[in-house]
Amino acid sequence: MAVPTLRAPALRRRPATKVTSRGDQVRTVSATTIMWLLVVLYGFPLLWFVLSSFKPAGDLFSYPLTLFPRNPTVAGYEQAWTSFDFARYFTNTLVVAISTTVLTVIASAMSGYALAKYSNWWLKAFFVCILATTMLPTEVILSPSFLVIRDLGLYNQLAGIVVPSVITATGVFMFRQFFSTVPDELLEAARIDGSSEISTFVRIMLPIARPIMLTLAIFSFQWRWNDYIWPLIVLNDPSRFTLQIGIQSIVGAENVNWSVLLGASVISIVPLVLIYLVFQRYVMSADINAGLKD
Amino acid sequence: MANSVLDPGPPQDGAAAAGAPATASGRTPDLRRQRRRAARYQLAPLLFVAVNVVLFAVFFVWPAATGLWYSFTSYTGVGRAPFVGLENYERLLGDSAFYAALVRTLLFTVLTVPLSYLLSLGLAVLLVSPYTKGKPVARVVFFVPWLISPILVGVIWRWIVGENFGLVNYVVTSLGGDAIAWQSNADLSLVVVAVAAAWSGTAFSMLLFIAAIKNVPASYYEAAAIDGASPWQRFRYITLPGIAPTSFIVVLLSTLGSMKEYALFVALNNGGPGTENNLIVQYIFTTGFQRGQIGYASAASFVLMLILMAIALVQLSVNRRREA
Repeated sequence: MAVPTLRAPALRRRPATKVTSRGDQVRTVSATTIMWLLVVLYGFPLLWFVLSSFKPAGDLFSYPLTLFPRNPTVAGYEQAWTSFDFARYFTNTLVVAISTTVLTVIASAMSGYALAKYSNWWLKAFFVCILATTMLPTEVILSPSFLVIRDLGLYNQLAGIVVPSVITATGVFMFRQFFSTVPDELLEAARIDGSSEISTFVRIMLPIARPIMLTLAIFSFQWRWNDYIWPLIVLNDPSRFTLQIGIQSIVGAENVNWSVLLGASVISIVPLVLIYLVFQRYVMSADINAGLKD
Repeated sequence: MANSVLDPGPPQDGAAAAGAPATASGRTPDLRRQRRRAARYQLAPLLFVAVNVVLFAVFFVWPAATGLWYSFTSYTGVGRAPFVGLENYERLLGDSAFYAALVRTLLFTVLTVPLSYLLSLGLAVLLVSPYTKGKPVARVVFFVPWLISPILVGVIWRWIVGENFGLVNYVVTSLGGDAIAWQSNADLSLVVVAVAAAWSGTAFSMLLFIAAIKNVPASYYEAAAIDGASPWQRFRYITLPGIAPTSFIVVLLSTLGSMKEYALFVALNNGGPGTENNLIVQYIFTTGFQRGQIGYASAASFVLMLILMAIALVQLSVNRRREA
């Protein structure tokens, strides 16, 4: 299936010719206009949402609607943070996302390395198994997965969300792809110098895989932060809820409290946006064509 | 994993401290070097994959096997699981709610996949075009929806298209129109979810397309320019064939993703109005968890899996034939 391909950075499409001719000017204006129209279309839903969250509850539905809040307030945020146990949901989500991410990066790096650098028949069989998991998403084995969680005593535990999410085909593919570009000579040289297999991996291979580790870490954090269906089946006790479940419980209420909902939602988006802005280049380096989502 | 395992062992000879089995030393030296190397390292790779092997067995093989078994029983989650043979599957064939969910899911997929394909390809083309200004900002704006969870995408769009309070209907009524039934009309409601899904789903495909477009050899464009090809011809006859493998992956992934959509519907309209927009995963969830019919839900799950596999195989074979 979608086996990731690492490609050499390609040449730019066209040499950057100076935009001089009239036809080019027309093209520049029209292409830029279309792009910025789309920027407005794409940006507007979120912008409207965020601006609305600063409106006092009474102004949310009062006509005429205005783009900018007339009396900006953070009351919705305060209420969201204090009521609904929101701080706890936030912490729970943080714990789940961070611990899963750390474990996923370690497990995927080890598996990917083994699949790239050793050639045993059972490793090849395991690779096929990993491929098969992409055809068997959580949604398909929802109820039996729940029973497994229950039988393992993980029901209603945060560990019940963390442990099953550690294995990810995408992560294994990314590392396998990366490590197969690392020359075998490096491994051979380490062996001749008397380095054990495990210390070679920890001391030589892991450090050079840092960009991949970061990329997978960001992906994994995003997947776990935004995950809904696993927490939904594993968690029952409101004190263990994650943000997504907590927010859905506000949406599912008979009368939606939009003021709280807007605040809570914006708070839940902020961490990911911050991470993205800091590590943008690791996300956008789409040369890692791991065409898989989790 | 325990950290002690990762500590470097005492360096021995060339054979790995992590375990060179006796077989390596005992074999005749004329075996192919490759073979020897493969046989020499068993324990180290086993340690490396151990965690994922265990997780695979516990969280994929176990549930898949029990799920398949339960689909032939009338298990309810507690007590015994009485074997009923193919009864669940027979019942599914006559279950109108199941068909409705299936048809709705297919309709949603047919709406969403082309929309997000066109949008992500269009955005990618604009973002690599030499004619657009302000690309860094535009790229961030296009990409931000990827960060937002399906639940929140649902909430954001619900806020915009809410029938009594949404901005869209406010604008429509201020312009003298009648409020549009974005949520009480099942078809409009589905369209809204499809738009929201496309909005949130384009970013990732867009990244794949950007990488693919940049990888099309520049010499093709130069040759086309000499032959006087128009921008559209260059796009149609150079770019599109050049990015065909990526197009295939994008279409496949977004098809599979749309077939499994659940969270977005829950947040946007809760599968409503009524149960009209209950997609297949929601159907499975309701049957299995709210009604406790785990056996029956498992049967529905396996039908879904077969459909997903069929879609993947069909797309794969179409792709093969086109390449041939």
